[in-house]
Amino acid sequence: MKSNSLLNIALVGNPNTGKTSLFNQLTGLNQKVGNYPGITVDKKQGKCKISEHLTAEITDLPGTYSINPTTLDETIVLETLLDENNNSFPDLVIVVAEVENLKRNLFLFSQIKDLQFPSILVINMSDQMIRKGITIDIEALKRELKSEIILISARKNLGIDALKREIENYENWNTEPIANISEKIDTVFFDTIKTTFPEFSLYKSWLLITQQKNCGFLSSELHHKITAFNPDSEKIKKYQHKETIYRYQIINEILKKTYSVDKNEASDLRSKLDRILTHRIYGYFIFFGVLMLIFQSIFEWASLPMDLIDGFFANLSELAKTNLPNGAFTNLIAEGIIPGIGGVVIFIPQIAILFLFIATLEETGYMSRVVFLMDKIMRKFGMSGKSIIPLISGTACAIPAIMASRNISDWKERLITILVVPFTTCSARLPVYAILIALIIPDERVFGIFNLQGLTLMGLYLLGFTAAISSAILLHNVLNIKTKSLFVIEMPNYKLPSFKNVFYEVVEKTKAFVFGAGKIILALSIVLWFLASNGPEKFKNAAEFVNTQESTNNLPDDVLNKKIASYKLEHSYIGTMGKIIEPVIKPMGYDWKIGIALISSFAAREVFIGALATIYNVESEGEDVGTIKERMAAEVDPRTGEKRFNFATGMSLLLFYAFAMQCIGTLAIVKRETKSWKWPILQLTGMGALAYIVAVITFNILS
Amino acid sequence: MGDTIASLLIGEIGIIQDFCLDAIPLNLLEMGCLPGKEVRLLQIAPFKDPLYIKVNGSHLAIRIETAKQINITKLR
Repeated sequence: MKSNSLLNIALVGNPNTGKTSLFNQLTGLNQKVGNYPGITVDKKQGKCKISEHLTAEITDLPGTYSINPTTLDETIVLETLLDENNNSFPDLVIVVAEVENLKRNLFLFSQIKDLQFPSILVINMSDQMIRKGITIDIEALKRELKSEIILISARKNLGIDALKREIENYENWNTEPIANISEKIDTVFFDTIKTTFPEFSLYKSWLLITQQKNCGFLSSELHHKITAFNPDSEKIKKYQHKETIYRYQIINEILKKTYSVDKNEASDLRSKLDRILTHRIYGYFIFFGVLMLIFQSIFEWASLPMDLIDGFFANLSELAKTNLPNGAFTNLIAEGIIPGIGGVVIFIPQIAILFLFIATLEETGYMSRVVFLMDKIMRKFGMSGKSIIPLISGTACAIPAIMASRNISDWKERLITILVVPFTTCSARLPVYAILIALIIPDERVFGIFNLQGLTLMGLYLLGFTAAISSAILLHNVLNIKTKSLFVIEMPNYKLPSFKNVFYEVVEKTKAFVFGAGKIILALSIVLWFLASNGPEKFKNAAEFVNTQESTNNLPDDVLNKKIASYKLEHSYIGTMGKIIEPVIKPMGYDWKIGIALISSFAAREVFIGALATIYNVESEGEDVGTIKERMAAEVDPRTGEKRFNFATGMSLLLFYAFAMQCIGTLAIVKRETKSWKWPILQLTGMGALAYIVAVITFNILS
Repeated sequence: MGDTIASLLIGEIGIIQDFCLDAIPLNLLEMGCLPGKEVRLLQIAPFKDPLYIKVNGSHLAIRIETAKQINITKLR
């Protein structure tokens, strides 16, 4: 529950009104991010000092055109505004509008007013009024809307102080409703609602009745009461339409008296850009070019910081080992925790760069054009044009990608998108690919220009997309879900991206990855280290067992130590687990050590490398073994004397990692987003089976 | 049969007459697509779907199956 001194403010508005800019201006870096997995990123919140004595907690609700939701994101707006027990239930609501689309923005404002919240209308981008030939009679508009109005320009930081001053006075704001839906639609019907639900405002009761299925918070008592009211669904639909038409009538009347726009001033930059960007040929070329630029940058720009991070944590580990007193605790730090943190931090450059691009493209308005351009094609695969954003984001991390599917209103299209996203090559697969490719593919050029290793990597990316698309087609034909298309998207005006907004978006997404997925990776690295450095009977008395097995007298000390260490690993807890699954993974060409890495990477793929590093580290008893790559290259199959990571095993591993669903974080998010275990289990088994079959076939053909 | 938004050519303008309430998502209405309002076809995506329209001041893209459900009279 909130304390008395903290004011809860909800920020509501249409998408593309600059709502997020205002949020960033009000809260700065003082923002909280929801974590995954398990906890939603539903609400962005931040603290803001309104005056000397008043601090507010501001919730930035997802952009919406109406309180009646069509997507999951929009449902959050409804729930926050109707559920009094919600801990972000607002004391007051700021509705952000934008000068150019004031009419449509006022539609939402009228709904908020009818819920009788103390609410204020903030008209953003007021600095562009002159250029766009718009004049507004603010005083008249205030009277007509019975509300306070503030003109701001969030990007230029104009009007923010005036807004804060006005908020101090919120208890005196007029909370009368604007639209009298009862009288205009059906007085008798709405009077029955009033008498049935005397505790709520009329509009709130109406929303509870019409949106019952979207109100997850209802007490069983209230649920019962609404169900008992039993309105006829045809009637509801008809009245919702009447309500919409009526609201626009009121708004038109008001705007006729207060708003004018000189049409001649309207710029045609939009139509010029649209003609090129959504052109049937150039449009695709530009989009393809943008994609290439993104992928190039992820590799080019990220490789240097990633190398630095890699080196830094390796040195840190070394430093800890040499400077801390010997013992289990030091080992835990040097071999468990430091490499674990390193394994998380190393992904930050790629994720940050990817979201830098996505945030920029969304800010400019280009993303909507991509959706428009790709919708028809994506529908052939059972998805929506809006699925493009999750599919691109999936190349960084499937977790935020799956969450980005929330704005797809059609359930079937959304479900297919969620199910196929994990096939796209996420950045967690990259280190695995990188090291395996370096081991098995020669660093040569073909046709003089293409690097063979680079081509292989590109091939794996294409493979991921092909797998995503093929399984989407399959699901499209198999899933028997009937839905009605609700596809409507706004094509916003083109804008220059705001550096601040892009920056905050990147920070937020990166933080969410580090503190969410990162926790799992770190925790697993530690568990893994523990399992590898402890074990039952044979592990504890490894030295004796080795001594009794061999005539050790002639062996030099270091060889003996190595023998003991590898005996220890084999009989540690994790070694035992690896041995158990060895018969299953043998057909793919793997031994028990790879098995260990495989088991650990079911938690998160990138743990594969770390796991192998840990195994070889433990085995070598702290001796300098060179880089992980050198160590892997030197690993030999004791039976055949051949290299362990030969071409056949390497290819089999590459393909296994391309197809298998090895990420607990993703499974958790799929469970949450689909509200069922059925879909994550389908992903786990389906993708796992595919990966296994492909890996077995590959290994047997190549060896 | 009468005209619908789907029968507009690029640049043409029509006035929305009516539509079957069941076929049209409520959110389209809420974004301003209402009877009596002017609608202009701005752009058609490759493969003839979706349609990019301007209606009642809003710039929207809708799928052709939705557009076919909205009856209009063309302005000439």
